[in-house]
Amino acid sequence: MFKSALLVLFLASPAMALAATQAQEFQLDNGLKLIVKEDHRSPVVVSQVWYQTGALDEVNGKTGVAHLLEHMMFKGTKAVPAGQFSREIAAAGGKENAFTGMDYTCYFQQLEKSHLPLAFRLEADRMANLVITEEAFAKEIQVVMEERRWRTEDKPQSKVNEQFQAMAYHAHPYGRPVVGFMNDLENMTAADAQEWYQHWYAPNNATVVVVGDIKAAEVLALAKQYFGPLKPKALPARKPQVEPVQMGTRRAVVKAPGKLPYLVIGFHTPTIQSKRSLQNNHAKSGQPTVKDWEPYALDVLAGVLSGNASARLNQSLVRERAIAVEVGAGYDSASRGQLSLFELVGTPSEGKTVQELELALLAEIEQIKQHGVTQAELNRVKAAVIAADVYERDSMFYQGMKIGQMATMGYDWRLSQTYPEQLKAITSKQVQAVAQQYLTEDNMTVATLAPQALDPDAKPAGKPHMH
Amino acid sequence: MNKIQLLILLLISIVAGNSQAAVKIEHWQTNAGSRVYFVENHDLPMLDVNVAFPAGSARNTPSNAGLAGVTLHMMNLGAGGMNEEDITNAFADIGAEKGGALDVDQASLSLRTLTSEQDQALAIFNKILHQPDFPQAVLNREKTRIIAGIQEAQTQPDSIANNAFMHALYGAHPYSLPEAGEVETINAITREDLQQFYQQYYTAKSAVIALIGDMTQAQARAIADKISAGLPQTPAIGPIPTVSLPTAANEQKIDHPASQAHILLGYPGIKRGDADYFPLYVGNYILGGGGFVSRLTEEVREKRGLVYSVYSYFMPMAELGPFQIGLQTKKEQANEALTVVNDTLADFIKNGVTEAELKAAKSNITGGFPMRLDSNRKILSYIAMIGFYQLPLTYLDDFNQQVNQVTAAQIQDAFNRRIHSNHFVSVIVGAE
Repeated sequence: MFKSALLVLFLASPAMALAATQAQEFQLDNGLKLIVKEDHRSPVVVSQVWYQTGALDEVNGKTGVAHLLEHMMFKGTKAVPAGQFSREIAAAGGKENAFTGMDYTCYFQQLEKSHLPLAFRLEADRMANLVITEEAFAKEIQVVMEERRWRTEDKPQSKVNEQFQAMAYHAHPYGRPVVGFMNDLENMTAADAQEWYQHWYAPNNATVVVVGDIKAAEVLALAKQYFGPLKPKALPARKPQVEPVQMGTRRAVVKAPGKLPYLVIGFHTPTIQSKRSLQNNHAKSGQPTVKDWEPYALDVLAGVLSGNASARLNQSLVRERAIAVEVGAGYDSASRGQLSLFELVGTPSEGKTVQELELALLAEIEQIKQHGVTQAELNRVKAAVIAADVYERDSMFYQGMKIGQMATMGYDWRLSQTYPEQLKAITSKQVQAVAQQYLTEDNMTVATLAPQALDPDAKPAGKPHMH
Repeated sequence: MNKIQLLILLLISIVAGNSQAAVKIEHWQTNAGSRVYFVENHDLPMLDVNVAFPAGSARNTPSNAGLAGVTLHMMNLGAGGMNEEDITNAFADIGAEKGGALDVDQASLSLRTLTSEQDQALAIFNKILHQPDFPQAVLNREKTRIIAGIQEAQTQPDSIANNAFMHALYGAHPYSLPEAGEVETINAITREDLQQFYQQYYTAKSAVIALIGDMTQAQARAIADKISAGLPQTPAIGPIPTVSLPTAANEQKIDHPASQAHILLGYPGIKRGDADYFPLYVGNYILGGGGFVSRLTEEVREKRGLVYSVYSYFMPMAELGPFQIGLQTKKEQANEALTVVNDTLADFIKNGVTEAELKAAKSNITGGFPMRLDSNRKILSYIAMIGFYQLPLTYLDDFNQQVNQVTAAQIQDAFNRRIHSNHFVSVIVGAE
């Protein structure tokens, strides 16, 4: 869920005003974006390099290549052979890692503040000079397949979620798993990884976010020194991708070893419009126009349903009626693909079925469609946002995450600053309106887990992934 | 490269040579006998409080396993006449966040609130700490939910492996008890059990209160006094029994249809404040604690592509906490991976570490010190730990020096004395 807002200046106390300064944005001549947020509470720095490429940009047959390439980025360049990147960061006391999502791929280091040049030198080098060998690829693809087994194959709820996404999105790449399908991983080649790197890794497709005890002007000078000499590339065209309007409920059942059933219900919903999609608005055929306030109203709806343990779903279905042992609602108001799903999830109590839980969840939605929400509920959602505004600033990494995500999804990252105000303006009528418009039967996708008893004597039936 | 390393070492020595205290910790005792640890920090208009009790899962027995966890959980669900809905709403109305944690040694309750809302937030927090009602109807419902969770966990390979590992490692010692409990023991828990456990273990004399944030010391004293004064004024809690070391190897293979085998290996490790803590900590960084640069990751993942994750760690507790090595790999290659892990460990114990590895380990651990303390949340967890285990108040100030003093000989000696790999416990869930 997009929780928001970075900057509240507490002018009452000079110490606080010093601690929280505005982030500053720069762009190098080669197109690289740099966003620096000074935070002088501790002598440390977080450096994140965000590439605007992820599973969203993959094509059929090559799912998982964005994530595979993220692994290959640790396999060395001519100047920095395999393993040396991690050793140099470790020697400087640093922590590093990377993650890949639908919308982006991000590489980060956390360091004592004087080591920022090291992070920049190494990241700039692998932005342009990565070496992908057959030998390194052959090992790393095995590692990624183990990652898929661990994340998805052996986790019943992950398997349900994979099916759920695939069913909710028939045309759009959000229907495919970030880690990739096992068949695609088994058939992936070093050349596929190389192609991905050639296409997407370039300064004009990257945003560098730095948060910490540093001066923005000095970071800009370092960025020019290390990233400045890199040549921009012509990036592949990004074609507009839309999901055809859903014309009726979709359902699937997944069987996996386990005890408890599980249920996911999703409804196609809009996101906050990015700069790019506002420009392209007319290119999208047959898509309904989104009103500016709708994503904020959907976010409030998610908060009213499951923002805390006394919110509607838990209070009613877990505590009062004991239909479920676990329930929740979720919604992401921002994405690069400009699509989102409003989700309801839950696990029925012993003796209750997923069908009963589904009906009970939908009855809660119906209540809101009919009667709206209370002022006290709205106030709680707002109180959470106001407090999060302060709490978030305890973590430099999280501050960087928010800026990097927004920028890479195609938004003005300053949107975070107006988010609380937008949320505070939402009324009960607007919450009611988005529930009525989007949380409908014809727009609904339902996936359920049918748990299969574990028989310790049974051998697994068939071995689909033998090599 | 050499120049860079030199520069790095120079910078590290500047950081390490800084004689200023890493964190200024104020420490005192309340009138009711609780130990208090406080760090004043006005950067953000918020404050964090953590109250810990020696009320972890090791205070239970095989017949009431899970009681510690149910007690902690139920404290939030009715207190001082407020029902569960009122309590959560009262926190939500002001954006306060209430947390809790349980391990074998301790149960803790925490609160994060905006300074402007602290009075109301602390009032509700104190009700939870001082007047838990343990409503019967809520208990009945929660027992059902907890049992559903246990039954689900009993089908999942990671939980199966963890429970079997702790059981094999600790035998009759209470560290072997599953934190969540067992179906039968949860079923048997009564409201009176909760009241009695609370009265016995949530005592003012054993409470450790940690505070950080936007408050003066006088304010922190008032907050701590109030927390402490309302707790049961019952006797302080005794120690946890000592751990007996395994006298023979114990290998367990458990069938499971998962595509990966889940493998855990280990031995009882170290205590908080243990004389061997630093040699074992630094040594383990080299063996399997150092992320992408450890020997286990190099051998099992980087060279052979056998796993996504392989690690080793020491979890120091009040008594000997586990030393654990863990990995998951597709079951067809479980034996191969296990052989590589065993060979790597055997070589490590027999031949020790190189000077280059030791230098790199110290460089990372000491150079990364500022990142241990770069948020209120992290500092709070350090002072809560220092307080609970009564470590020296200079623990953080001395940390880098302690690390720098470790020698290769000390690492080899400590691993040889403490980690008897011929008596290892190993659990493989989903073996071929």
